Amino acid sequence: MSDKVPVTVLTGYLGAGKTTLLNRILSEPHGQKYAVIVNEFGEIGIDNDLVVGADEEIFEMNNGCICCTVRGDLVRIIDGLMRRKGKFDAIIVETTGLADPAPVAQTFFMDDNVGRKAKLDAVVTVADARWLQDRLKDAPEAKNQIAFADVILLNKTDLVEPDALSEVEARIRGINPYAKLHKTERCRIALPEVLGRNAFDLDRIMEIEPEFLGGDGHHHHDHAHDHAHDHEHEHGHGHAHHHDGGLKHYHDEEMQSVSLKTDRPLDPDKFFPWVQELVQIEGPSILRCKGILSFKDDDQRFVFQGVHMILDGDHQRPWQPGEKRESRIVFIGRKLPMDKIREGFAGCAA
Amino acid sequence: MTDSRANTPSVVERTRPVKSGAPVVAAHFLRETAAFVLGEGAIVLVPRAGEARNVSVHDGAILATAADAKRILTGGDDGKVVATDAEGESTILAADAKQRWIDHVAVGPAGALAWSAGREACVRTAKGSERTLEVPSTVGGLAFAPKGLRLAVAHYNGLTLWFANAQSEPERLQWKGSHLDVAVSPDGRFVITSMQEPTLHGWRLADRKDMRMSGYGARVRSLDWSVGGKWLATSGSTQLILWPFQGKDGPMGKAPRILAPAEVQVEVVACHPKQEAVAVGYTDGLVLLVRIEDGAEVLARKGAGAPITALAWSATGAALAVGAEDGEAGVIDLG
Repeated sequence: MSDKVPVTVLTGYLGAGKTTLLNRILSEPHGQKYAVIVNEFGEIGIDNDLVVGADEEIFEMNNGCICCTVRGDLVRIIDGLMRRKGKFDAIIVETTGLADPAPVAQTFFMDDNVGRKAKLDAVVTVADARWLQDRLKDAPEAKNQIAFADVILLNKTDLVEPDALSEVEARIRGINPYAKLHKTERCRIALPEVLGRNAFDLDRIMEIEPEFLGGDGHHHHDHAHDHAHDHEHEHGHGHAHHHDGGLKHYHDEEMQSVSLKTDRPLDPDKFFPWVQELVQIEGPSILRCKGILSFKDDDQRFVFQGVHMILDGDHQRPWQPGEKRESRIVFIGRKLPMDKIREGFAGCAA
Repeated sequence: MTDSRANTPSVVERTRPVKSGAPVVAAHFLRETAAFVLGEGAIVLVPRAGEARNVSVHDGAILATAADAKRILTGGDDGKVVATDAEGESTILAADAKQRWIDHVAVGPAGALAWSAGREACVRTAKGSERTLEVPSTVGGLAFAPKGLRLAVAHYNGLTLWFANAQSEPERLQWKGSHLDVAVSPDGRFVITSMQEPTLHGWRLADRKDMRMSGYGARVRSLDWSVGGKWLATSGSTQLILWPFQGKDGPMGKAPRILAPAEVQVEVVACHPKQEAVAVGYTDGLVLLVRIEDGAEVLARKGAGAPITALAWSATGAALAVGAEDGEAGVIDLG
């Protein structure tokens, strides 16, 4: 459908196993050729024909969006790589352990040359099962990477006890319930789970259910919009309560998600001004957002997604006969103004 | 006005088609020989009378190119700077020790040339002496001033002006944001950069006064001065945008002239070397020749194909080389 080159972004805190995953991707007998952009030449070598080293250059845009940054090095390198188009099938960007994924993602929306030739496939975050909990406390970058991810590899599971593993999994879910989570040893994973995800493709925004509740349709529909928490916390580590599935449920103090839905059709003349103003004002704290919308007098499903202040949306397809017409939006971010979002969204009904 | 331009006078039938076989990224003329630079390491030379031939110049992609009347300078992802003449003779002028990408090249007065890799810009005189300048971030673009060995180096948060044969400190012109391509006016009074956002920034060198040229729909990736430097022609819109540089204030406080509207973006502009006219290439493959004075148009290529990526006039203006992203190319004889 599209001849844009897919780009997978690999993130993860120092030592989590990004390069292990990268080498696994490159060495599998898949017949695909990859161009690899790396920001640090680590101790582990990368065995690939086309490896480009880059200095991470984060450029602010003078367009009034305070959180609007792009990766200048990627603008330049992707433009250069495209001159060899046909010599590779996809691009993999390995970020530094301390990198914020947002400028990488924003580059694909803000630079029309990059956006015309390449498309973001997914942000894949590798997390260290043993050390992630500590990093979530002391490294804001690690939390960002989890919150931003479409796919999370909870790696080195062999180095922790089952209890500790479910603990760290619950912590991840407290931050980002929407990413696909895989538990791995030495990043051993089937490649279709990390590549070719189309996570940023509007056509693929089919379902935005919290992934860990998947399979229990009755329960998760009731629960999805209750994730927001506006009650007080007594201490700094959040709290846990048990769900039917046995997985502890954490609320991260800082990074949360909110999911809202309504059966009432929305008024586009209310919704768009509201969401645009929301991301203008709260953009710095909103990392990702997604939505499937049902507008009044409109037989088309509308889908949107966003990164900080940048929104991208379009009519996707007609609502199917028998399909429940409801609107659902999800925000993941830092200290989200839950009440404001909830009230604002409620005010968009037609 | 429609994009088909059905009633526009046409020179399409004067085109000699060239099958380059790979995406064209730039075109030049070495006197009467048209040269199409291909992204994948080669140059197709098309003599006025004679067969086209393909010369391989880089082991990898060509990232940057510039030319004077005698040679084409290319920078590649193989870390090499190569000069190629009309006979297809190639000379490696420099090879980066760390095999970094050569992101930009420029040709200057008196046979000088320049290139950049990462944060380093290097100038080489006709006699072969080299000097290197490091700027605060990766070089976004390079251009020589018309006189003296003075190089303008665009980078993040501004521009550095460097007299490469003087001991004086390079001068920094600050403006927040990422500056990419750079162009110095033919009279040396103005220097203009295209920015990461769809805006041009400029400085009047006499007093370092800033100017902003905005209103574009897309990043401006092609800039060219009309003959004598009266106008700066630019891409970045669905029209040809021309900024007036006749007066002492340049475009400050003035609106641009807007010509040749279409339904798709202008990709490349190239000003005629003798007359106030511009060749304009669009996303759909359309090429128009546009007279600046009255906006009169001549159809040079029909718009039904891949984006135009290269346009170049011969020194006399008697021939126009046209190249597209899908490798389709041609030389239009206007003599």
